[in-house]
Amino acid sequence: MYWAHQPPATWLLARKGSGGYLGTPAVPIRLRDKACVKTEPLHGWGRHPRLHGAVHRARDLDDLRRLARSSPTGIGRGAGRSYGDAAVGAHVISALPLRHLLDFDGQSGVLKAQAGVTLDDVIRFALPRGWFPPVTPGTRHCTLGGCVAADVHGKNHHRVGAFGAFVDELEMVLAGGDVVRCSRTELPDLFWATLGGMGLTGLIHAVTLRLAPVSSAFIDNLGVRTGNLGETCRLLRETQDDHAYSVAWIDLLPRGGRRGRGHVLLGDHADGPALAPLHRDPRWKLPALPANLVRRTGLRLLNALYYRRQLRRQRRRRVHYSPYFHPLDGVAHWNRAYGPRGFLQFQFAVPFDSGEEVMADVVERTRRAAPCSLAVLKTFGDHPGGPLGFPMPGYTLALDFPRTSRIEEALGDAAGTVAAAGGRVYLAKDALLTPEQTETMYPRLDEFRAARRRYDPGGRVRSALSDRTGLT
Amino acid sequence: MSGRALILGARSAIAAALAQRLAGDGWDLVLAARRCQRLEPVAADLRLRRQRQVDLLEFDALDLESHAGLADRVRAAAGPFDLVVCVFGYAGDPDAARRDTGEMTATLGTNFTAAAVCLGHLANDLEERREGGLIAVSSVAGDRGRQSNYVYGASKGGLNVFLQGLRNRLAPAGVHVMTVKPGFVDTPMTEGREALFLVASPERVAGDVLRAWKRRRNVVYTPWFWRWIMLLVRLVPEGLFKRLRL
Repeated sequence: MYWAHQPPATWLLARKGSGGYLGTPAVPIRLRDKACVKTEPLHGWGRHPRLHGAVHRARDLDDLRRLARSSPTGIGRGAGRSYGDAAVGAHVISALPLRHLLDFDGQSGVLKAQAGVTLDDVIRFALPRGWFPPVTPGTRHCTLGGCVAADVHGKNHHRVGAFGAFVDELEMVLAGGDVVRCSRTELPDLFWATLGGMGLTGLIHAVTLRLAPVSSAFIDNLGVRTGNLGETCRLLRETQDDHAYSVAWIDLLPRGGRRGRGHVLLGDHADGPALAPLHRDPRWKLPALPANLVRRTGLRLLNALYYRRQLRRQRRRRVHYSPYFHPLDGVAHWNRAYGPRGFLQFQFAVPFDSGEEVMADVVERTRRAAPCSLAVLKTFGDHPGGPLGFPMPGYTLALDFPRTSRIEEALGDAAGTVAAAGGRVYLAKDALLTPEQTETMYPRLDEFRAARRRYDPGGRVRSALSDRTGLT
Repeated sequence: MSGRALILGARSAIAAALAQRLAGDGWDLVLAARRCQRLEPVAADLRLRRQRQVDLLEFDALDLESHAGLADRVRAAAGPFDLVVCVFGYAGDPDAARRDTGEMTATLGTNFTAAAVCLGHLANDLEERREGGLIAVSSVAGDRGRQSNYVYGASKGGLNVFLQGLRNRLAPAGVHVMTVKPGFVDTPMTEGREALFLVASPERVAGDVLRAWKRRRNVVYTPWFWRWIMLLVRLVPEGLFKRLRL
């Protein structure tokens, strides 16, 4: 009865669309004949911050247009897999019902689908036909609209770039209700501003995506165990041209010489006849927990065990795509492990030259404030994106922290360090950046604002993220 | 068993879930609704994912005169059909329905009159051909009139009796008629309403409907426990019930 990405059948007493007023008050507005709009608590994957907003579901293009016209301010929301407050606001337009595939060319692999279609849906449809998403982030449950809005990257950015590199066209509904198509040749400023624009240019209705041909559901992986951060970084840099996919899980809890030890995964699509099996929905599901389970001691133990899961220095294995690309999707609602306070992810990109020093500095600043529960290191290639694009040639490190009392201040300092070194923080994961930090990190911000002024002159599209960071 | 299914009121959330399940089971579909071009994405998705033939048909339940020719229109547009699924309905606002004639007639007219006229004519067609089946979505609200929702309840109650009659009439012809009585379902019809409980997903309802259809059930409550809840509700003596505020 329960589907991982559909509203569950609720067996308990449920009040649909009602909620108390905690935090931001609901703005009474007139929508159709209703005089008042009920709100519900909204949050991202980090479950922090939690703000009240009114959710309007868009069932088709007409609904999107009506909501774009009538809603005073609003932001599109897909699966809510961004970590912070990018899909949170006083009014939120849910594109989840827009879950239809519209067109597919079996020869070229070009798929046109509505923005609420998830990568999970795309894989289930395309893999049996010999196609795969060209770029996939760490979860397959994000929507195509979300992938575009965050211009997501995967383990293969060094080779092919981010999601936007494979988007041919977007069909959008602008604030005010106009339906437009944009691409590299048609309204290119809107197209580039939307890629990575965190949904702030308008509502995405449909995405035309070029899938990648594959002949197997498996990845041939070379796993290399490394002893410290320097070795990990060196290995990632040296193998940049050798493999399609590269990523490193690292352990940042040890101090001194063993910090940054981990496993580097170097993978390529296998050349096999088996386009099966498809992934299964997770068997494990975390319930809502009253407290944070993620503590330093437990983490040390888990990390030590995980580090030793591969005893040989190098090992080749054939791995199914599902645990390779989406390991955390194996446990539904894994974010509940952090309890009601939620957690924070801090992902930043820094150029190669200063990269290791900046990473060491960030780790040092945050070490005492909270234990780093997950650290993933990748390299980015030189693939330019839109004005709010996150990747830059260099390293990218994503750090998860439980939300302790001191971590927010520590991450504020860390953001300052990153900005000073010419790096930037990923908006799709961010919950803490200030307007000054954002200005420094995103030098093309004025270009983005100009595009927004052109396509949303009234400034009707906004989110908690845009208010906090001054993007609008 | 599969063939072509005609879904009346295809824009409803339950209809969308039923369409996915039927297409998955090998049925071709005709999706009938007002301004049916809005269903183009749904049809495209079903054609791509399930490789079934999906046709759209412009259909206005309230246009009573047009129902006599509906079966012919479907055959002309798509081909012969074997299953009719009637999902359209109008919930309305129970408070407004107490005073506003327009609201009363809309609720009664859509849920009962339009459904009865439409299904009546389709039943004639099915009986002539002596094949096919009919599924109509009613509601648990039709089992007993309650002060909170009696106009809607009456329209669905009337539909229940109508369907009983059709079932009786069509049984010798080998045509099966199934009444579906859902409780609260998570659809736009119940959006924003308070005091809902045990809300089911449209997918759950669709699964129950198709399972029951394969077993040729006459009346199916979905989810299953509503049968027992409504039995209790029906058993309350009228003298007591009229004092309750259900």
